[in-house]
Amino acid sequence: MTAATIDAVTPKASRLDVRRLLRMGGLTGLAMTFIAANGMLETFNNRLLIRPILSMGYLLFLAIPFVMGFLIGRRVEVEGVETAPRTAADVVMAVVAGLLAGLIAALFAAIVNAFPGLRGTFPRFSPAMVSVLTFGFGVGTGFLLLPGVAAVVGAVGVGMHWLSDRLRKAVSVAALVVVVAAVFESVVKDFFEWFATLPRFLYHPGGGLKVVSAIVLFIVAGVASFFLQGRKMPGFAGLTSQDATERRRSSLIAAVLVLALTIVVPMLLGGVLNELLTNVGLFMLMGLGLNIVVGYAGLLDLGYVAFFAVGAYTMALLTSPLSSVPFQLNWWQAFPIVLVMAALAGLFIGTPVIRMRGDYLAIVTLGFGEIIRYLFLSDWLSPYFGGAQGVRRVPGIPLGSNLVGGSDITVFVYFTLFFVAIAAYVSWRLQDSRIGRAWAAMREDEDIAEAVGIDTVKAKLLAFVTGAVLASFAGALFAAKVGTVFAHSFEIIVSIIILVVVIVGGMGNIAGVAVGALVLVGVLGGPNQPGLLQEFGEYKLLVYGALLVFMMLQKPEGLLPSARRARELHQEEYLQDAWLDKGGQFVGSEQEA
Amino acid sequence: MPLLEIKNLKKAFGGVKAIGGVDLAVEKGEIVSIIGPNGAGKTSLFNVISGIFPPDEGEIIFNGVNIAGHSPSEITKAGIARTFQNVRLFPNLTVLENVKVGQHCRTHRGIWGAIFQTRAFKEEERLIEERAKDILSFFGTRLVGYRFDQPAFVLSYANRRRLEIARAMATEPVLLLLDEPTAGMNPRESAELTELIGKLRSDKGFTVVMIEHDMRVVGEVSDRVVVLDHGVKIAEGSYHEVSTNEDVIEAYLGRPAEDRTTTTEEQKA
Repeated sequence: MTAATIDAVTPKASRLDVRRLLRMGGLTGLAMTFIAANGMLETFNNRLLIRPILSMGYLLFLAIPFVMGFLIGRRVEVEGVETAPRTAADVVMAVVAGLLAGLIAALFAAIVNAFPGLRGTFPRFSPAMVSVLTFGFGVGTGFLLLPGVAAVVGAVGVGMHWLSDRLRKAVSVAALVVVVAAVFESVVKDFFEWFATLPRFLYHPGGGLKVVSAIVLFIVAGVASFFLQGRKMPGFAGLTSQDATERRRSSLIAAVLVLALTIVVPMLLGGVLNELLTNVGLFMLMGLGLNIVVGYAGLLDLGYVAFFAVGAYTMALLTSPLSSVPFQLNWWQAFPIVLVMAALAGLFIGTPVIRMRGDYLAIVTLGFGEIIRYLFLSDWLSPYFGGAQGVRRVPGIPLGSNLVGGSDITVFVYFTLFFVAIAAYVSWRLQDSRIGRAWAAMREDEDIAEAVGIDTVKAKLLAFVTGAVLASFAGALFAAKVGTVFAHSFEIIVSIIILVVVIVGGMGNIAGVAVGALVLVGVLGGPNQPGLLQEFGEYKLLVYGALLVFMMLQKPEGLLPSARRARELHQEEYLQDAWLDKGGQFVGSEQEA
Repeated sequence: MPLLEIKNLKKAFGGVKAIGGVDLAVEKGEIVSIIGPNGAGKTSLFNVISGIFPPDEGEIIFNGVNIAGHSPSEITKAGIARTFQNVRLFPNLTVLENVKVGQHCRTHRGIWGAIFQTRAFKEEERLIEERAKDILSFFGTRLVGYRFDQPAFVLSYANRRRLEIARAMATEPVLLLLDEPTAGMNPRESAELTELIGKLRSDKGFTVVMIEHDMRVVGEVSDRVVVLDHGVKIAEGSYHEVSTNEDVIEAYLGRPAEDRTTTTEEQKA
C-alpha cells in the first residue's frame, strides 16, 4: 500500500474534496466517451444480455460510473486501522462526479452531432453512435439523461459500501452469475443440450436472458451465496494455509477433477465450442512450453512462434502429398521427426543468443522469430516451403481407419487435450527436479548460478530445446487441424499473445498458464481465432492491452501465480506475514542466543 | 606440490591494475588469510581464481591443472567453491533449495529421469535432500526445521552468510574461498564463525582461503597471512610476522596513536 493510494481513499474529514471530485468525474467522463467514440458501445449494443433491457454495450458503459462510485466509497484498512468512516459526503461526491461524467459524455454527443464533417476522420462518429449514447432520445434529452443516469449509477456504486460485508458479497456474486449466464449463453445452451428445458427457461429465443429469468437467477444466486458464505469448501479453502502433504492431496484431487472434466466436457459441447477448446488447447501447449523458457529459466523469448512454425511446417511437409518431400508419412510416423526438428531449431536459435541477457535476448529472439517466418514465406525457398501458398492438403491424424482432422473437431479436441496433459505432466515433473532447480537458480541470478557450478550454457540450451519441443506438439496438431500451413499463421502477434497468456495466467505455474489460455484465448479469442465473446473481434487487442496494463499494476504475479513468483513480487508483505506469525518477533533477526 | 599455485597472476580493468603479478601457494589443509586495504585486489584475486574474470597473464594451477580462463562452473566442478563479499544467495528459493542447487555439479540425472521418475532419479533426489539437510545441520539449529522451507530472503544477515557457506559446501569443494565471512556480524557471531571456520578444516577437511578484515578472526584461525596492497603481495607469513612487519603496518594496520606521535616528533627532531 503506497502513500498515494492511502491518500486517494482518505477524504479530508467530511468536507468535499473538490480536486478528487473533479478528477474522478473527469476520468469517468473521458472513459465513457472513449467507449462510445471507439465504437465499442455501438458494436456491443447489438449483443443483448437481458432482452430487451440490457445490452453488453450498456453494461460496459455503465460499469464505468459504477466503478467510480465504488472507488469513491472504498475504505482501506491500513495496518488494522480503518481510515475515516464513510459519510454522506461520499454519496454527494459520487452523484456530483457522476453528473460531471455524464455531462462530458453528453457534450461529446453534442459535438459529434453538430459537426457531421468529423465523420470523415472518425468513421465511428455516426448518428447511430450518438443515438446509442443518448439512449435513443437525441442530444437534447441526452443532456438531461446522461448525467442523471451516471449520477444514479455512481450512487449505487457508493451504496455498495452501505451493505453489510455478507450482503455485499451476495449481491456481487448474484450480479456476476447473471452476467456470466448472459455472456456465455452459447456455452450454457450447448452444455445443456441434453436438458433443454433449462436454456429454454433462461433465454429468449432471439438471444439474451429473459427479464424474469434474470431476476430469478439473481435471487437464487444471491440467496445461495448469502447462506453458503463462510462455509469451507473441502480441498479448496485455505489452500495456502495447508501444509505440504495436505496441499499435495488437494492438488491431486484438483488434478483428478480437471482430468474428469476434460474427458466429459468435450462430449457435452458442440462443434463450435470444441473448436474453441481446441484452440485454447493449442495455446495452452505453447503457453506451457514458453513457461519453461520464461517462467522457469527466465529467458525472455519473444520469437517463440518460430518453434510452433517449425513444428507445423515439418509435419505438413512430411505428411502432405503435395509437399516437396518425396515420401509421405502418416501423422504418427512423422511426429518423432517433428520433435527432433523442433529440438534442432531450439539449438539453432539458442546457440547464438546464449550469451545474451534480458532485453538483448528478447530483441534477438524477436528477430529470429521473424526470420524464420520470412524464410517460410520467401520466394527463394518456395520450391520447398510453398512460399505464400504454404503447404496444402495436410491429412489428419490416423485413428483406426479414419483420418481425424479439423472437420472431426469433437475427436480432434481429445488429441489436443492429450498432448496438453503430457506437456503439463512434463512441466510438473521438471519443476522439482535437478534441472528445474538449476533453471530457477539461473532465473534468480545467472552469474551466481554459474559460480555454484551450474553450466548455464547447457541449462539455457536445455530450456530452449524443451520449450521448442512443446511448441512443436502444438505445431504438429495445428497442421493436422487446419490442413493448410502457411506463413501468415505464424506472425509475431502469436508470440506476444502466448507471452501474455503466460504473464496474465501466472508465470511459472502450470494451472496459471491453463487459466490464462482459457480466459484470454477462450473468452477473448486468439490472434486469428474468435473467442466466446465474438463481439470483441476488432477490439481484442485493445482489451488485451488494457488487461495487461491492469494486471501489471494490480496483480503482476498473474491470476494463479507460482508460490515462488508471488513471494518474489511481494517480499515485503511476506516478511510482514512472517513477522505477524511469530507474534511480532522479527524473524529476520531472531534472537541469537 | 601445493594444492593451489598461482604464478605471476595479472589482471587489469582498463588502466587500473587490479592484480599486478601475484604469486601464491596454498598447501592442502591450510587456512590462509588474505588481508589488505580496500582496493588492494583481494576480491579481484578471488574473482580470477573462481573464473568470474579470466586473468590477463599468469597461471592458476589447481591440483596440477592450469585452470586459468576456465568458466566458473568448470572451476567449481574442479573443486573450488566460494562465497561473496556482499552475500549472493538465490533469495526466492528456499533455504533447502539453495543448498540443493549447490549440489548440481555433483549430480547427474537429467530431463528423462525427471519425466519418467526413474529409480535412479528418485534415489538421487533423496540423496540430494539428505545431504542438503546434513550440510545445514553443520550450523547447529539455525538453518534447520522450519527454516528449510523458508525463502532465503527472510533470513537474518548472519544466517545468510551461513547459508552461503552451506551452499558452497554443497559443491563438495577441496578449496573454499571465503570473501569476508564475518563482515557485518556482531562480535559474538563472528567469534562463533571463527570457530566454524576451524571446523571446516578439522571436521570437513576443506582447505580455506579467506579475505578478512577482522584481525582477531585472522589471528585466531590462520596458519598463514598474505598481505596485498595495490595488486601486489607485500608480505606473507604467520600472523605474528605479518602484524609486526613495517610495510604492512604502514599500508594497512596502522600504528597506535602514541607511536604515531613519536614518529612525527622524531621527524621534527
